[in-house]
Amino acid sequence: MSVDVSKVATTNGSTPATTKGAQRAGAIANWADERLGLGSAMKKNIRKVFPDHWSFMLGEIALWSFVVLLLTGVFLTLWFDPSMTEIQYNGSYDPLRGVHMSSAMASTLDISFDVRGGLLMRQMHHWAAMIFIASMMIHMLRVYLTGAFRKPREVNWIIGCLLLLLGTIEGFTGYSLPDDLLSGTGVRAADGFMKATPVVGTYMSFFLFGGEFPGDAIIPRFYAMHILLIPGLLLALIAAHMLLLVYHKHTQWPGPGRTEQNVVGYPMLPVYAAKAGGFFFIVFGVTALMGGLFSINNVWKLGPYDPSKVTAGSQPDWYMGWPDGLLRIIPPWETHLWGITISWNVMLPILVMPPLMLMILMALPFIESWLTGDKREHHLLQRPRNAPTRTAIMVALMTFYGLSWAAGGNDIIAIKLHLSINQITYFMRGAVFIGPVIAFIITRRWCISLQRHDEGKLLHGFESGVLVRSPEGGYAEKHLPLPEGQAYTLTARDDDPVPETPEQIEASGATGRDLRARKLRARLATLFFADNVQKPTAEEIHEAQHHAEHELHELESQIAAGPNRHGPADH
Amino acid sequence: MSDAHDTHSPQGGEIVPTGPIADPGLPDHQWRPTDVDPAKEKRAERQVAILFGLSAVSTVAFLVAYFTFDIGDNWDVIGGFGASTMALGLTLGLALLFIGVGVIHWARKLMADHEISELRHPARSSDDDREVAVQALTDGINESGIGRRPLIRNSLLGAVGLLGLPAIVMLRDLGPLPGKKLYHTIWGSGTKQAPMRIVRDGIWTPILASDLEIGDLVNCQPDALHNPERYGIDPSEVEGVNLQIHKSKASLILLRMNPGDIKPGKAADGSSRANWTVDGIVAYSKICTHVGCPISLNERTTHHLLCPCHQSTFDLADSGRVVFGPAGRPLPQLAISVDDEGYLVAQHDFDEPVGPSFWERDYYER
Repeated sequence: MSVDVSKVATTNGSTPATTKGAQRAGAIANWADERLGLGSAMKKNIRKVFPDHWSFMLGEIALWSFVVLLLTGVFLTLWFDPSMTEIQYNGSYDPLRGVHMSSAMASTLDISFDVRGGLLMRQMHHWAAMIFIASMMIHMLRVYLTGAFRKPREVNWIIGCLLLLLGTIEGFTGYSLPDDLLSGTGVRAADGFMKATPVVGTYMSFFLFGGEFPGDAIIPRFYAMHILLIPGLLLALIAAHMLLLVYHKHTQWPGPGRTEQNVVGYPMLPVYAAKAGGFFFIVFGVTALMGGLFSINNVWKLGPYDPSKVTAGSQPDWYMGWPDGLLRIIPPWETHLWGITISWNVMLPILVMPPLMLMILMALPFIESWLTGDKREHHLLQRPRNAPTRTAIMVALMTFYGLSWAAGGNDIIAIKLHLSINQITYFMRGAVFIGPVIAFIITRRWCISLQRHDEGKLLHGFESGVLVRSPEGGYAEKHLPLPEGQAYTLTARDDDPVPETPEQIEASGATGRDLRARKLRARLATLFFADNVQKPTAEEIHEAQHHAEHELHELESQIAAGPNRHGPADH
Repeated sequence: MSDAHDTHSPQGGEIVPTGPIADPGLPDHQWRPTDVDPAKEKRAERQVAILFGLSAVSTVAFLVAYFTFDIGDNWDVIGGFGASTMALGLTLGLALLFIGVGVIHWARKLMADHEISELRHPARSSDDDREVAVQALTDGINESGIGRRPLIRNSLLGAVGLLGLPAIVMLRDLGPLPGKKLYHTIWGSGTKQAPMRIVRDGIWTPILASDLEIGDLVNCQPDALHNPERYGIDPSEVEGVNLQIHKSKASLILLRMNPGDIKPGKAADGSSRANWTVDGIVAYSKICTHVGCPISLNERTTHHLLCPCHQSTFDLADSGRVVFGPAGRPLPQLAISVDDEGYLVAQHDFDEPVGPSFWERDYYER
């Protein structure tokens, strides 16, 4: 597609200021193409179209913060010593000088106090990790709530879920490395989690720690996972995520000229490359500002790990907070049977819930497509309101997550709000079950009212803000029809599929399991789409417009004739 | 006005969402002020260059800051940030931000802003491609003869499968087997002549019963960690890693309460714990039975002890019973008495494993 550049800023020009550079560049390109055949790959991709919307930036934040993590992380490896050998600290930080600690902790202090820019890099690394995980989560919400996970993008959804899991493990192994009091307490809890595993728990713990907790192996082992194994997996999965993005082409919002068959936006070169490349610098820059101005994980204030000590308000990094919250509110359930112990109080919140939550996330696209029977490709995004049950499911999950997360700070809430920690805990035990249900119902009805609002705008126009008083003294607001583009955008969505009726299923001759499965599916699909507002038909719109015109005409004649005019009425 | 669901292609691929309103098509492109007004265009160009210039200035400032500000023990200047860290972060952040903002400003104001449209293709391969691919795969498999030679196939599968074993077996030396290590602590290492003294954690001084007032809580360790020779223990057994391992099991809490408040429970062998205390002083493991945090918050008036990690609360007057929170077992109690010099000592080791629950461990009613 050729572009009209007749009026593009003349300084952009069409000829380079010097042709010599172009000749050299041409020679290099020729050299490379004769060996690598880049031309064929580039001809398709260099002007690849990327649609523009602010919400498409969230994944980019995750990508760029990962790059920042790689850069700052490499810097930290140059000084960090992942060893648990006990040494006496003799660095610049006065309050800890002479204290015995592991080399890991001492080298963390050295990075913080004896390497210029070291503390900046440490803090940037930690902030970037938080931004990485937070942006992955928000990106995931965006993808889910707009229906971008639907066919053909289910595989990328799963890759994304795995990235979130790996990012979380990467975060945990990372913040455990300094071997300070807080991180050591976290590792100790992790040891307790492992020991709660049925049958093999103590063996897992002894193998991971190289003997009894804490041993001297855990930091070097976490280090190998943190800088080699997990980043390698993350890189590979991110590459796959990006490749699939390029292959599928990005989703886009519906609008005039934007259909399931095309993708409308700016070409990769120059606009998208400039915006995305510039955005990398912005993410990097914001991380640098945070690293310089906001202190994080001040390990020197906590001191080295000592199994006999703990600080009040001990909490993991925020993304580990929700299972920790469940761990706090679960009743003391342990089964003691035939000389063995089953620790439900640790297994359920830590060993069962997080994997279960991940599996639910990964299954969501498949559950929905099974339920709706929709096996078509989708490239146009849906507004959350137009899939009320889907939106409500995610809001219910978010509510569960949020309440569990808040339970992970029950001690802080108790102190800051002067509440009883026991009452908060009892409350949370109920809230994690009831809260999601309430959130589901509210969200679903909220979405449906927004759909009705959209329908109202389509059929009756938007509120103009002009109030008219009729000769009888009544008031009415003048509604005006939506501009064509807006009206089209509101209607550019699918009608929900109509679930099979029991009669249809029976008539189809299905039997046994197939029959039961299809009936269940039909019942669930009916619930899934119940009360949704479908877009109006052309006849409805036509009729409504006719009616609205009539009303408008009447109002206008009232304006002309009625008490809205100055002076006495004519009749 | 057909239903959208009837318009999908036979492959289940693309669809045309047909709506009640016809697609008006892409709106016309609007020229920006910088496209039509040379003055505005020049101004935008200057703005971008200035942003890049500011970035360069910030980078120079970064270098100056790097060599100007000392680090080390002046980390606390300027609001607790450290002059060096703060200056480096600020200048580096600005240097990067100015480039980012400059490039995006350039893209928005000066680069061609025509949206272009590209056709999508279904994710699936064409039927022809599928056919060729399946044929190629079939040819390859046929030529290998793997289907016709089950002996080769099965022996190969068996051999490769077996190769998984070295990968698993080689992890065996990651650590020793647990054995009975979790069942013992260093408290049991005292002898008849020198029973294990209970000493204050950190200052390692022994404790007389009369040192404690009612309501006092003391964090303690076994004397052997500081004084191994007295108990015939090799000093290397309580250094470095070993010290951490011992501490993570042996850390102890002493609490003195009114002797009348104590409800003595039962020991593992069914005997009473009545003689496990000294003048209302009770000794309990400091390691939470939930996931192993050191318990440290003492409610002085209730002799309840709260774990700061997950708020399990134990009643030290009642055999360490769980009164609140997620812990599933009482705190292990250490039987104590006094030695010849009147110092508090352990009678023997804990009669159950300390710390978090695990599969193989038993349970007994107090």
